[in-house]
Parts: sequence; structure tokens; C-alpha cells
Amino acid sequence: MSTTANRVGSVAVGFDAVGFSQDFPALHQLVHGKPLVYLDNAATSQKPRSVIDAITRFYEEDCSNIHRGVHLLSERATKAYEEVRLAVQQFIHAARPAEVIFVRGTTEAINLVAQSYGRTHVKTGDAVLVSAMEHHSNIVPWQILCEEKGSKLRVIPMNDRGELLLEEYEKLLTPETKLVAVAHVSNVLGTVNPVKQIIRMAHEYGIPVLVDGAQAVPHLQVDVQDLDCDFYAFSGHKMYGPTGIGILYGKKRLLEAMPPYQGGGDMISSVTFEKTTYNSLPHKFEAGTPNISGVIGLGAAIKYLARVGLDNVATHEHDLLAYATEQITRFSGVRVIGTAQAKAAVLSFVLDGIHPHDIGTILDHEGIAVRTGHHCAQPVMQFFGIPATTRASFALYNTEAEVDVLLRGIAKVQEMFA
Amino acid sequence: MMPDSRDIRDLYQDMIFEHSKRPENFHALPDANRKAEGFNPLCGDHFTVFLRLDNDTVTDISFEGLGCAISKSSASMMTASLKGKTKSQVQELFAQFQRLVTNRAIETDDEAELGKLVVFSGVCEFPVRVKCAILAWHAMMSALDQKADMVSTE
Repeated sequence: MSTTANRVGSVAVGFDAVGFSQDFPALHQLVHGKPLVYLDNAATSQKPRSVIDAITRFYEEDCSNIHRGVHLLSERATKAYEEVRLAVQQFIHAARPAEVIFVRGTTEAINLVAQSYGRTHVKTGDAVLVSAMEHHSNIVPWQILCEEKGSKLRVIPMNDRGELLLEEYEKLLTPETKLVAVAHVSNVLGTVNPVKQIIRMAHEYGIPVLVDGAQAVPHLQVDVQDLDCDFYAFSGHKMYGPTGIGILYGKKRLLEAMPPYQGGGDMISSVTFEKTTYNSLPHKFEAGTPNISGVIGLGAAIKYLARVGLDNVATHEHDLLAYATEQITRFSGVRVIGTAQAKAAVLSFVLDGIHPHDIGTILDHEGIAVRTGHHCAQPVMQFFGIPATTRASFALYNTEAEVDVLLRGIAKVQEMFA
Repeated sequence: MMPDSRDIRDLYQDMIFEHSKRPENFHALPDANRKAEGFNPLCGDHFTVFLRLDNDTVTDISFEGLGCAISKSSASMMTASLKGKTKSQVQELFAQFQRLVTNRAIETDDEAELGKLVVFSGVCEFPVRVKCAILAWHAMMSALDQKADMVSTE
């Protein structure tokens, strides 16, 4: 791929988004003859060169299986893999490395908790509580569990700004509620939920809380001890890391009492045909050869984010979102979906009389990558009475000038449909 | 990177805008004896196609639902094209339309048969939009293939 394009400049002061964008090879290409403006970061972010190089280096120099071989390559790979566990521990401020479980992504993390913790603790007549703004991955695993157990899935309602109704939530914290599962940041609405308060309220009734942090970790500092969450699930690929790697954080006390999710190699201490003794944490939940290169790539992504500084990223993205929101609301016929007080990096909108699918195709021809559709959150679409939205979502490398390209694209869409 | 010659107006031709804004036969059909739904779960497009079939001839056809400009205009122009056609003519036109939007070798008489439907020829350059153009047609074929005694006429 030899085609490159000059990236449009940033007007933001103090944060060099254009400079950082140089670290991301995929950003520098023409799409339909126009410089790529990548605004689909809530689906997946682009990867910096350091992440791509770390994965390549692993395969070129250290490729081997971990926790097994006595040879040098295996030793190096094992060390690199376990060092990333420590990096993740620090990244989310977990108390212990053993509380960091490597999984495929947020979806697998939630399924692990549903199948292991859920099947042990949720019984007939019990309830699992989710919110009205959940991604399908934080709905369906609980539905599968509830169907199997004869238990109920209950929903914390929200207002039309996309904010959860905490007084209604409190009423749902009944004795039959055995778990609360809630998004930290909504992938459609951008709402930053008050998860610390949600957790404190649940804990007053002795109910544990799982937080879906997939959309939060790229945008804000997460401290699982300060939140006091019982489980925290997130993916690497939305925070500049590779696909296919994610994290389940769980409190040691809970993880230790949970049965394994999958059986296989690495998760055992000893196996006979009569009895198997399971390995200790975190290995009990990491059956089989893991995504070693993915873990190593994730480690590089954490390093990259640490270098840029998550607080700087948060401020930059907040400025971009404020600018984009202010500008887009000047258009007639635009309705922003998700207008919560606290939002992060996501701007969903609909245009009067124009289907998001058409918007997406026309914007694509302007070089602008956005997501259109129901964003794996059909209940949110039903709540707002719309089939789909167009979603622009921001990352650390986006600029105000790119927001301007998006706004010109929207004007073109409206012109074509006028 | 591949060179890209696709023009957005090849996809969005004027007639497509006209039909998406003012669709023809856009209503339920009280005396329909065939009915089927077309749903694309990925984008939420959802149409119901109503057919009145008498002696293997489409005597009336209409549709209802929600979708993008491509899917809605395709549904509208489909209903306009099929009225009065026999079942086998409808099946043949469906095959021709499918060839048109998926860019399989267009047979020489296809274009004449398709008439105004050739405005969808640009769709084949946009693979993710082929499903939009063909959605209502699939619903129509499913309605056409229903056994009369299985059909609700509500």
C-alpha cells in the first residue's frame, strides 16, 4: 500500500493529535480518492506501529508456547505474556495480577461470568439486572442463563437523554436479584454511567456487579478497586490493541469460588481419569493455548496509552465531542441520540427522512468511516423509536478538522436528499 | 490500494430518490391472498409485500415498511413492474434483476425486459448495498411461492 494522503490539521492546543496520528499506519490512506477520516473507533480503533511491531517481533523472535517449555523461547514468551498481566493489573488498578484473566474479548468475559458465576449463584425465581442501554453482549449471555435457570432478566430504565433512572434502579435491588450487569459507557449513546454509585447501591443489598467496560477503557481512567466492582470486562481492540484479546477482572474471592468456564490444558494442576485438580488463579480460567501474540500486542497498546496519557486523551476527546455536538445541532433536521450530561467520545444522530444506511454510504464516498445500524443494541433503538443511527466515535488521533469534514459530509447528504 | 472509479451518483440516481420519497403502491392490500415479510437484521430494514394472485397472474401488488432509499425505491419500482405479470414472468424478472444488481453476466435481452429497473445497475459496484436492493424482491418471491391454503389473507 503506497498511497498516502496529507492528514487534515488540528486546531486543538496542547494535544498533538496530528502528531499521534503519525503513529497509526492505517490512517494514512485515500478512501474513494479522499483522505481517510476514521470515526468508527467505538467499533474498533486503529493500531499504532508499536502494537503491530510487538506482534511481528513475537512471531519473528519469541514464537513458542507458554507455561510449558523449558527452552529459551518459551521462557521469553512466558515472561512477556505474564508481564502484560502485570501491566493490565496496573492499568485498571487491580489488587492482584491473579485477578486479571485473559479472554477473547468483552463478550467472552461476560459469558464466562454468566456461565461460571451465574450458573452457580442464580437459581429459579432469581433475577439478573441489566440496563436499558446494554450492548447485546451484556444481554444475551444473561438471557441464556435465565432461560436455563428459570430466572428473570430485569431492566434498569433510562430517560430520553440516555441516563439511567437510579431511583427506579434502587427499587429493582430486591432479594431475588443476584447480579447487576451494566455498561460503564454506552456504545450507542456515549453515556458515562455513574457505575461507582450503581455498585455502592447494589452492595448495600449484598448484590455483586459486573461492569462492561469495553467503551470505557480507551477513554477514561479505570480503577477497579476505587469502583469496588466485582467483575470488569473489556477488549483490547477498542483501546489500540489487537482483536481477539480481552480481559476479565474479578475479585479474587469470587473467582476462587467459581467453577472453571472451559476445561483443557493449562487450567489444571493434575489430571487422572478419575479426578482433575484445577490450577490456581488466573490459570484456572485460561484453558488451552491463549492468544499469546494478542496479549503481547495488548501490552504494547497499554504502553502506548500510558505514554500519551489517558487523562490527556480524555480531555482531547471531550473537546472533540463538545465541538462536534455543538456544530451538528446547528443543522436543521438533525437529532442527536444520547444527550446525557456525562458522555464520552460517541456522537449518534439521525437525519430527518434519510436512512442511516444511505448516510453511511455517502459519507464513505467522502472518505469518512462511521458506523450505521443498530450498533448491537436493538433495545436502545426501540426505546428511541428509530431503526438505526449514524454514529461517529472519536479516538486520540482525531481532530477538529476531521469533525469539519464530517459536517461537510452531512451537508452533502442533506443536499443529495433535498 | 485499488483505484476507485465508483461514483456515488451511479448508485443514487434521480429515479431512486423519486421513488424513495414518493413510493408507489406503498400501502397494505386488503384483498391480498399472498403476503411475506423481508427483514434485514443488520440494518433494520423491514418490508411487507402484499400480492393478489389470480390464475397465476399478479393482479395487484403493494408494500409497506421501513428502509433506506435503495431498499424502498427498489420495492416501489418492483411493485410497478410486476403488476399484470404471470408467475413465470415474475420469476424471470426476479432472476434478471438479481443478475443486474450482482453484476453477473447480463444477458442481452435483460436490459430491455428490466426497463426502468436498470437504474439499479450501479448497485453492483457497492457490494454491501446489494442486500438493500434485493430485500423486497426476496419477500415478493417468498409470497409468490406460498401455497394458497397456507396464506393469511388478513
